[in-house]
Amino acid sequence: MENKIKVLVGKPGLDGHDRGAKIVAMALRDAGMEVIYTGLRQSPEEIVKAASQENVDIIGLSILSGAHLKLCERIKKLMKESDIEDIPVFVGGIIPAKDVKKLKEMGINDVFGPGVPLKEIVQKVKEAVK
Amino acid sequence: MISEREVAKTLTLIERDPLKAKEIVSKYPERDYFVVGITGSPGSGKSTMTDKLAEMFAAEKDVAIIAVDPTSAFTGGAFLGDRIRMRRSSRRKNIFIRSMASRGAVGGLSPGIYDAVEFLGRVGYDIIFVETVGVGQSETDVVNLADLVLLILAPGSGDDVQMLKAGIMEIGDIYVVNKQDLDGSQKLLANIEATLKLSGIHRDVISTNSVTGENIDNLKKLIQSHLTVLSQTEKLKKNRKDRYRFNLLNTLFSIIRTRYKKTEDLEKIISFYANKEEEDNGSKEN
Repeated sequence: MENKIKVLVGKPGLDGHDRGAKIVAMALRDAGMEVIYTGLRQSPEEIVKAASQENVDIIGLSILSGAHLKLCERIKKLMKESDIEDIPVFVGGIIPAKDVKKLKEMGINDVFGPGVPLKEIVQKVKEAVK
Repeated sequence: MISEREVAKTLTLIERDPLKAKEIVSKYPERDYFVVGITGSPGSGKSTMTDKLAEMFAAEKDVAIIAVDPTSAFTGGAFLGDRIRMRRSSRRKNIFIRSMASRGAVGGLSPGIYDAVEFLGRVGYDIIFVETVGVGQSETDVVNLADLVLLILAPGSGDDVQMLKAGIMEIGDIYVVNKQDLDGSQKLLANIEATLKLSGIHRDVISTNSVTGENIDNLKKLIQSHLTVLSQTEKLKKNRKDRYRFNLLNTLFSIIRTRYKKTEDLEKIISFYANKEEEDNGSKEN
């Protein structure tokens, strides 16, 4: 009857700044999507388990701690083990340009830094789950 | 038991199509299970309470949680944030948590939830906690879904006049005064007890603190004793029958609603009367 896009917005690791994650979550909500926000300081295990149980269409990770390479590597590995590696993953946060390439090689579908218009993120999410 | 991932995928199908949902559910054999509804106003501590209770029951049983949050009537989107308060449960192997958006249902639940609950029960979960959206005064659908309803109240939600109003104050099997450390919780407790006494109905009333866990063990015992009574009588079977009836009724309504949306018949009727009213008003002014 209804095929709503279901998104998980998660903050892996140990930074306590969730303003960005909440703003993106609100933008996706206002675009008509169902957004599950799992809160601060989540382990990769918790995020992958939640994504699996909720059967989301896409995962958005907000990382400002600088540990994006390690965290994403672990999340992608766990996703493979949980048989949900086909779910696209977006990363947002403070990511140095040289690491963006590495993340994409790891299988992260897209990376958004500061200043990206919310409209663009919404659009990219819609395209990624098609 | 089918795999957790399979359960998750099937729930998505169940949420999308109420008719297909019934077909899916019927493939699994009937099984006894309990549905515990947790309702109350926004911010009264429902999610934290659900987390604590689920963790306690998970020591002996397989537990599922369905947490409902509201869908926007304007954009169709939803922000589902109940998991934030369910950290303990989300780490446990034998607890399955699923968030659902209310998707236009106004009774505090989600349209697909009746089939979802039956499905979870049939595939092996023993207790299913259903957390409703934060409710106001009249969202009482959880009564038709749950075998046992906990009404979670916190001080600061109005005086004793609120107790007299019809609606959610009538639906609790157990009244829980949460945030017992806050001012006014004793008064709230006394008000509830007095109101219940006046109406001549016996209900359990208990005060707790879901963050620190105070008195939650006694609440758990209380729930357990209710469930034991239920399973010893025919009530559980009757509940299940009633739930199915209510489910069918809901499905029927949602089909009708979708159909009218498509044919725009309702829109025609509404604009006919709206225009008529405008014309009438116009002629009066002239």
